[in-house]
Amino acid sequence: MMARKVLALNGDEAAAYAVKQCKPDVIAAYPITPQTIIVERLSDFVADGELDAEFISAESEHSALSACIGASAMGARTYTATASQGLALMYEMLFVASSFRLPIVMSVANRALNSPLNIWNDMSDTMGARDCGWIQIYNENAQEVYDFTIQSFRIAEDHRVLLPVMVCHDGFVVSHSTEGVETLSDSEVDSFLPPRTPVYPLDVENPVTIGCVGVPEYYPEIKYQQEVATKKSIQTIKEIINEFNESFGRNYDIIEKYQMDGAEVALLTIGSASGTAKDAVDEMRAEGKPVGLLKLRLFRPLPVEDLRKALSGLKAVGVIDRHISFGSMGGALNMEVRAALYEMRERPHVMGFPAGLGGRDIRVEHFIKITEELLRIAERDVLEEDYRVVGCRGPGCIGP
Amino acid sequence: MRGMVEVRFHGRGGQGVVTASRLLAEAALLEGKKVQSFPAFGAEREGAPIRAFTRLSDTLIRVRSQIYTPDVVVVLDPTVIRAENVTEGLKDNGWLIVNTAREPGELKKELGTKAKVATVNATSIALELLGAPRVNTPILGTLVKSTQLVTLDSVISVVNSTFKGKVAEANVKAVERAYREAKIEEV
Repeated sequence: MMARKVLALNGDEAAAYAVKQCKPDVIAAYPITPQTIIVERLSDFVADGELDAEFISAESEHSALSACIGASAMGARTYTATASQGLALMYEMLFVASSFRLPIVMSVANRALNSPLNIWNDMSDTMGARDCGWIQIYNENAQEVYDFTIQSFRIAEDHRVLLPVMVCHDGFVVSHSTEGVETLSDSEVDSFLPPRTPVYPLDVENPVTIGCVGVPEYYPEIKYQQEVATKKSIQTIKEIINEFNESFGRNYDIIEKYQMDGAEVALLTIGSASGTAKDAVDEMRAEGKPVGLLKLRLFRPLPVEDLRKALSGLKAVGVIDRHISFGSMGGALNMEVRAALYEMRERPHVMGFPAGLGGRDIRVEHFIKITEELLRIAERDVLEEDYRVVGCRGPGCIGP
Repeated sequence: MRGMVEVRFHGRGGQGVVTASRLLAEAALLEGKKVQSFPAFGAEREGAPIRAFTRLSDTLIRVRSQIYTPDVVVVLDPTVIRAENVTEGLKDNGWLIVNTAREPGELKKELGTKAKVATVNATSIALELLGAPRVNTPILGTLVKSTQLVTLDSVISVVNSTFKGKVAEANVKAVERAYREAKIEEV
């Protein structure tokens, strides 16, 4: 039995190592930067006999997810990984996987979309896939990638959930950054994650039909059930995170609060930008400024009630998106946070800050400028702009 | 050095710049430090100037931006000095470690840096012991001798776990020789 070890792993390696310990039956994937390391490591594990899984090198991401759908429908624990154009190519199958209620786990190393061709980080890929019925979990660092890859299988396969999960980490910033990761022993992972028990697997002895025509007389009921299940999964996800925390001495939540005691304005972050933003919050606090931070881990389902609770009492909130929803109010997270707060009697001003597009480096100084803007908004009690792009040369943008 | 230490590596594609950054992080991890090692990925191609970064700290490292005000700059390829401003943002009380046959004092004057300078002819060590100009392991020997960021033993132990057999042996020898042959500016 292996004891817990601190290993030097980058985000991709942390995902691959966690997947190995979760013992998937089937892995079907197509390599794409910056996810490639995950697929390389997993194929090594299989070739070296360290992981007893069927490894399918698919000819495209569309085929990779299709293979996962077939395997998962048979009752197999199923995993894939992708990024950017690869996720875009999977698009139609994403809806099939969630509508079939298949507990597929997919790592996404978040990367910008073409054009211009860009291999670097932003969240245009997964944010663009937010309405396809998958659970979406966003991670700040390699340790979180490791811990939440393991939890994602538990969440997906829980009979109260039965939904596919995207477990996301920022391309390069996390995928290619080496850090110390405290890994669990194989037996600890085994005790947390028992083998999958499928509900209605494809079985010639007990035939079932999935994926047939859903005529208007039935389609809405099926979609309604899907919506109810997705909303209800928030409670199950919280329970599973709590169990993980108690079992392994971690301290995770679906919304992480940082320096929120006495905060009047706050940054709402997602993914790896949270770490840099926390350092900025510390600098502002050292100057006596009432600044805090909330890190959203779960974007789908959106924990609306938790967000309302966490943001109530604040004067201004700056939402850091890592993409733009063209022609609206910045990024999707900004729009959804604003929508969630709209019916609150006392609500903070909410301004969007799409930042770090296509791998543009986001520094502590950017977050200092954003928090200074939030303090001005709070003081004047007026919001003049819905959003402002951060890390860009252009009129009205914040800093290159 | 106390608190968080930031190291920036400069070199060219194919020289093992990213590996040098990672080996340093792994050596510090062995000593119980918190670490972060990552490359600045441009369009990857052999021979192009490349940067990699390492952060070492006693406490959790949260910042994930690139490194703009390094405590230590390590230059694996002396010709990069003509292509890039390697001392940009380097702290006055920091270190500049360069693979070159030249003297530290001469380089210090030329680059106009207040940082302390150490040099080593890592290319000749690598050619002799490794049979190829892979200077990433020997330069670490000079780095630890001058900055004492981690111990020589930790570097050797990481080199041994990264490489196998004769390759590991040769790399350890290269690290040790660059440790011995480091020319460190008198302070």
